[in-house]
Amino acid sequence: MSDYNFAYLDEQTKRMIRRAILKGLAIPGYQVPFASREMPMPYGWGTGGVQVSAAVLTPEDTFKVIDQGADDTTNAVSIRRFFEKTADVAVTEATAEASVIQTRHRIPEQDLRADQILVYQVPIPEPLRFLEPSEVETRKMHALEEYGLMHVKLYEDISQHGAIATSYAYPVKVEGRYVMDPSPIPKFDNPKLNMAGIQLFGAGREQRIYAVPPYTDVVSLDFEDYPFEASKADHACDLCGATDSYLDELIVDDSGKRMFMCSDTDYCCSRRKAGHIGAQGVPYAEDAA
Amino acid sequence: MYVAVKGGEKAIDNAHAWLAEERRGGTSVTELSVAQIREQLALAVNRVMAEGSLFDPDLAALAIKQSRGDLIEAIFLIRAYRTTLPRFGGSEPVDTEKMACDRRVSATFKDAPGGQVLGPTFDYTHRLLDFKLAADGEAPQAPMTDAPPAETPHIMSFLDRENLIQNEPAGPEVPDDLTRAPLELPASRALRLQALTRGDEGFILGMAYSTQRGYARNHAFVAELRIGAVPVEMDIPELGFAVDIGEVTLTECETVNQFQGSKTEPPQFTRGYGLVFGMTERKAISMALVDRALRWKELGEDNVGAPAQDEEFVLYHADNIQATGFLEHIKLPHYVDFQSELELIRKLRREAQAMQEAAE
Amino acid sequence: MQAAILEGGFVEAPIDSARAFRQIMTAMAQPGTINEVTGALPPAPLSIAAGVVLLTMCDPETPVFLTPKFDTDEVRAWITFHTGAPFTAANNAAFAVGAWGDLPLNEFSIGSSEYPDRSATLIVETDHLSVTGATLRGPGIKDTATLSLPDAQAFQNNALLFPLGLDFIFTCQSDLAALPRTTKVS
Repeated sequence: MSDYNFAYLDEQTKRMIRRAILKGLAIPGYQVPFASREMPMPYGWGTGGVQVSAAVLTPEDTFKVIDQGADDTTNAVSIRRFFEKTADVAVTEATAEASVIQTRHRIPEQDLRADQILVYQVPIPEPLRFLEPSEVETRKMHALEEYGLMHVKLYEDISQHGAIATSYAYPVKVEGRYVMDPSPIPKFDNPKLNMAGIQLFGAGREQRIYAVPPYTDVVSLDFEDYPFEASKADHACDLCGATDSYLDELIVDDSGKRMFMCSDTDYCCSRRKAGHIGAQGVPYAEDAA
Repeated sequence: MYVAVKGGEKAIDNAHAWLAEERRGGTSVTELSVAQIREQLALAVNRVMAEGSLFDPDLAALAIKQSRGDLIEAIFLIRAYRTTLPRFGGSEPVDTEKMACDRRVSATFKDAPGGQVLGPTFDYTHRLLDFKLAADGEAPQAPMTDAPPAETPHIMSFLDRENLIQNEPAGPEVPDDLTRAPLELPASRALRLQALTRGDEGFILGMAYSTQRGYARNHAFVAELRIGAVPVEMDIPELGFAVDIGEVTLTECETVNQFQGSKTEPPQFTRGYGLVFGMTERKAISMALVDRALRWKELGEDNVGAPAQDEEFVLYHADNIQATGFLEHIKLPHYVDFQSELELIRKLRREAQAMQEAAE
Repeated sequence: MQAAILEGGFVEAPIDSARAFRQIMTAMAQPGTINEVTGALPPAPLSIAAGVVLLTMCDPETPVFLTPKFDTDEVRAWITFHTGAPFTAANNAAFAVGAWGDLPLNEFSIGSSEYPDRSATLIVETDHLSVTGATLRGPGIKDTATLSLPDAQAFQNNALLFPLGLDFIFTCQSDLAALPRTTKVS
């Protein structure tokens, strides 16, 4: 890939993205427009995250990519390979070893440190989009801090279902000002948005970048009588026995029998390496052989 | 006992290998060359250049070969390549009056200086499958004519002399660039035209057709459709003047549309404009109709709520690379999100059932 | 003079600017931290750090304002050669360079309510930069941080404009720190 520039993008494009990132960090939760470029992977497959990663990676970085919490999902593999080729960065599956983590739909279980950067792939950055399809209108709403529509929607959920019927991409308010889409992470992950690491969000097709600096106040929208609740399947991981991790549900036979396992594959694997075994798990070494 | 499945890397490698084999097809058939595609599938090449926003027939042909004839995939390859190219500068605006016209027709005047030139058109072919082509595709030499004049005046210029056509104010010296700045609404006409010319042919066609059927009807006549090569000039600062750097083939369509006039202006015709790389006249005509529909505000017309009048709707949905990427991304894993929905619906059903039982 | 202008840029721009941006971004994300940058040798009176920020962030799309002290032929020529950024009055600037007292704070763009990002970033050249001084609170800061600031009231006024406002990068030799509009200074 020596025909291409370091981290693929040309320098002018990276500068434009970097300027957007700086403004994003200065105005937490505000969606900064940027001139997203066509990338060599499809829009909707992480082009926003890839452009942000390309703008922040240095040759010294160790890069991790997860999709649905897993390092081995095909799109995660594809993006990781892209940066191995174009930025010659070291890659890892271990959360603790990574300096930059690109993610789709999850926040790692292990707390991130101040020297770590989490880059989110975002499909629809506008939290109000499904209530108001027009960009002209939603931009006005953010400018005027007019978020009544969102509260009406959540309240209608409660009157119809007795609970807020949003389970992922659950809207948050950042630093008391902007309502923000945390990307389609399960609401289980929302409390982790208050973290020590730098969080950068890239939406390529929609041409928006936004950011949450470390220790920023991020509050999931709720009502006093219907407080926000981070929920997960009421099981332990069948592989490692963890009770505090977000779980995937698998159908394991024709009769529809279910099992549950950690969505964060590195977390699960680390626990198994440390000797934890779930109800249907095997000791780590046997599996690896 | 359950052992977690891994194998994303291997699966991708195998998929790519299989794809390459399928692209080649049966090896008893001769491999298709890029030159063959460029010469014999020229209209596909033109579409890829137009929607890829890159005038390079050889690269477009290569992209068609690589994409197995999936033109949107080919356009994608060209777009992704295009963004990596350094930008040396901007050309002078092309002067379509200097076009060497291969085709030039007007629907508004029976004849005009420069004449009507049918050119290599499908228009009056009877759409009968030519089974002879299956065996032998060689074509006899077509009759020759004199070279076209160096300049062919635009039909619109004759209406212009009578002030019958609305005057177009000059745009800014350097227009906005859709590929360099995020789209902001309301968009300038330059941005709208850029989005339309690289927009999906099918989408633009459908939008244009909807205006003809009454959704913001604007009574379009094709004043002129011309196709041919135009020189591209670029100003070289070191030289102090512009030099020819090559030529591109373009299709230009100008429509003349009715306009009611207003309190301050007598009735005048208005225009829609289409300009597209290559021989792409369906697209150029469609573009002119949609351009005209999007101009309702600047021409003081009513917004009747038609899709083709809705700038945000048209501009945000015209790009097939954006559209296809997002559409197809729903086949990526979403099991984390789906799992959260599963938990929620189970919880809601448990609660509903408990309430029901309590009531009984 | 001509030779000096051509020199002092990044030796390997893609790599040097990537490393520099990581430091600048960390500074903006963690107000109160001081980060060291390298790679630029700009003409005086520009500091290394200010030179690095200009090389990393500026290009023909970002108008730059220079206060009179920094508005020398040599500085202009260096910025033009290495970044292509045009020079402008304060009200049109995306970036500005100057000493604290010389920057006309009220003239810079603070963005609009629909586009608060269209605001200037000021590179404030200082003789002294340390993690002692005013107390900082806000995004990027765990509890509190401290930083040597040339003023307190101006930053308090700026924070009141949130989400509009200016963002600051303080440069001193090869060190830099940043203060976004969200930081509350006391």
